Amino acid sequence: MKKADIVLLKYGEIALKGLNRPMFEQRLLKNVGKALAPLGKFSIRKSQSMLYVEPLEEGIDMEIAIERMQKVFGIVNICPAVSCDKDMDSIAKTTVECLREMDVEGKTFKVEAKREDKQFPLNSPQICQQMGGVILKNVKGLKVDVHNPDILVQIEIRKKAYIFTEKVSGAGGMPVGTNGKAALLLSGGIDSPVAGWMIAKRGVGLDAVHFHSHPYTSDRAKEKVIDLAKILSAYTGKINLHVVPFTDIQLAIIDKCPKNYLTLIMRRVMMQIAERIAKQGHAQALITGESIGQVASQTMESLAVTDNAVSMPVFRPCIGMDKEEIVQISKKIDAYETSILPYEDCCTIFVPKHPKTRPDIAEIVEAEQALTNLEEMIEDAIAQDEVIVIQPE
Amino acid sequence: MERYLDNSATTRPYDEVTEKVASVMREQYGNPSSLHRKGIGAEKELKAARESIAATLKASAGEIYFTSGGTESDNLAILGVCGISRGRHIISTPLEHPATMNTLAKLKEDGWQVDFIPVDRDGVISLPAFEDLIRSDTVLVTAMLVNNEVGSVQPIARMAKILKKKNPKAIFHVDAVQGYCKVSCDVRELGADLISISGHKIHGPKGVGVLYVKKGTRLAPCLYGGGQQDNVRPGTENVPGIAGIGVAASLCHSRMAESVPRMENLRKRLEEGIVSRIPDVRVNTPEGCAPHILNVSFGKVRSEVVLHSLENEEIYVSSGSACSSHKREPSYVLTAMGVDRAMIDGSIRFSLSEFTTQEDIDATVDALATIVPRLRKLK
Repeated sequence: MKKADIVLLKYGEIALKGLNRPMFEQRLLKNVGKALAPLGKFSIRKSQSMLYVEPLEEGIDMEIAIERMQKVFGIVNICPAVSCDKDMDSIAKTTVECLREMDVEGKTFKVEAKREDKQFPLNSPQICQQMGGVILKNVKGLKVDVHNPDILVQIEIRKKAYIFTEKVSGAGGMPVGTNGKAALLLSGGIDSPVAGWMIAKRGVGLDAVHFHSHPYTSDRAKEKVIDLAKILSAYTGKINLHVVPFTDIQLAIIDKCPKNYLTLIMRRVMMQIAERIAKQGHAQALITGESIGQVASQTMESLAVTDNAVSMPVFRPCIGMDKEEIVQISKKIDAYETSILPYEDCCTIFVPKHPKTRPDIAEIVEAEQALTNLEEMIEDAIAQDEVIVIQPE
Repeated sequence: MERYLDNSATTRPYDEVTEKVASVMREQYGNPSSLHRKGIGAEKELKAARESIAATLKASAGEIYFTSGGTESDNLAILGVCGISRGRHIISTPLEHPATMNTLAKLKEDGWQVDFIPVDRDGVISLPAFEDLIRSDTVLVTAMLVNNEVGSVQPIARMAKILKKKNPKAIFHVDAVQGYCKVSCDVRELGADLISISGHKIHGPKGVGVLYVKKGTRLAPCLYGGGQQDNVRPGTENVPGIAGIGVAASLCHSRMAESVPRMENLRKRLEEGIVSRIPDVRVNTPEGCAPHILNVSFGKVRSEVVLHSLENEEIYVSSGSACSSHKREPSYVLTAMGVDRAMIDGSIRFSLSEFTTQEDIDATVDALATIVPRLRKLK
């Protein structure tokens, strides 16, 4: 399409909010600002349940700007506009040019006009009428449909005339930061980044916790998790990534607990550590990528046992999804290629041959008694927690 | 203190090399093909490097071609010979580097026949079997001088004699990436037509290598361009890298008389230390191997866990098999030598350089004597 001079952002759900609405709008404005800041100076204004984004510098690539805005939660549609002189000839010429560059064959359209500059000789219905005629005459293949158009041609008369013909989908959801913060258990696989993305979409900020088992896993596994956190941060903004050394605890569990409970006890300790780190960072919930029945530690009984280890709510947005559905989101958010890099993570080593799929919580709690210095080990691990601040690029 | 025992992967460049590369980048930035003085200055650097390397091989300067490294040298040698030959048959060994293996696999797809000479438990080819494989339509034999995983040395000179007697037209390529400056590489002794060398294995820069092409040996180019290096390998020469490999080759070669016996002794000390202090190990490196490589399998442990444990002590080694939970392929070299799977999974390669000290070796043995039993207890 022609180069956009201004972009209009439409938000869905926020518009339905009541008295809290300004808070949501302010946050969205701020998040859009942060996403665009690295590209240069922009003016971002709010007007009638929409945001207007306008570059203030020459040479800003609006395509990159639109790509970045597509990763800001809270935006439903992104409508780039082309500007032209404020006379009907220029408006007609520009509109026709824009439409001719689009695939319009067999499609329907409708014109909407808004006249902020009341000096403009035609009023809004007149603009619509006239432009409708111009389009029908000059763009082949288009038909009018005022109720359900495929293409909405919006014409706004302000300092200049702005013509909107295109619409790009936004990420939807709510602005990150409007619904508190949660801590994501980030393993390095496919599921956990997707889980984090889904919760962030509901306006939740993220911290991430990764368990590192050197020398049983390589530092490359850690680098991979840093990369995944970076991918997520494009949607969520800053993420504090906690890398917690976990080897000693794992070895103690292997040494002292029954083999078929290794994974579950490990998961329970991970949850406890994550909960403490979450509390320190003022996060109010934990997020995991678990999905019912995917592996032995994700049967309903097993999930109950892991939940039992913590008092915070545990969000599992992938819970009812098939692997393929998770993979699709993973690809959509550009995490997949990184997730499938073949470095071992702490969940894939020391997997017992016959893990319990119907664990007994009483047996587990008793088995954990063998870890006499567990509290000390947990404190040690948290004390050695390496915090990496991940900023979007 | 850092103890680097992964010199078969790459080496620390000599300070003289780093300085040479920097000074050439700063001062001799001309294009060697330019007609003016700046071009001549750069060309002189190429000439000097070519002469230095030729001297180490007892070859002539005109037989030295520069490439981007070992992989390209192997590709140019193999594809270059096959590209202008009428025959259909190639002979190689099952121990070759992937740069050779995958080039041969490609040629096989294109209809070439490739035979691999059987090797014994020491990772050395059988000469009678080699002689039997040579045919009248054999156009190329490609074999490595020193194996990168276990350090076994192939009887290149004797292979050359057998080949030239039975089929004088066939071309003999030697991949000397691991062997150059570790064992003798006199081209007249080796009897090879083509020899691959890499810069970064001899304390030179990465991204630069050499292909020795015996006078009269014709090669089809793999790249097409502006006619540099007799059109065998066109493209503006990597002048800083080439100057760097020239310095590295001279230095490394001139120190061999001293460094080779030293490495040999240290390697022996490492082997004896491991064998005497740790039970259930298998030394995969045969007698009479290159001076700098020791491959040992530790039973009942996984090599990458040993590797990462050593890394915690700032000791850097290499694991026998590249692996992960998703993709785990046992070393084809150790498999060809008849090592069983469990032992392959526990194999570690230690590779020395002239910078390796006795303290490095002793610290490594000490660390292994603590780490290996500790890891075994957990199994």
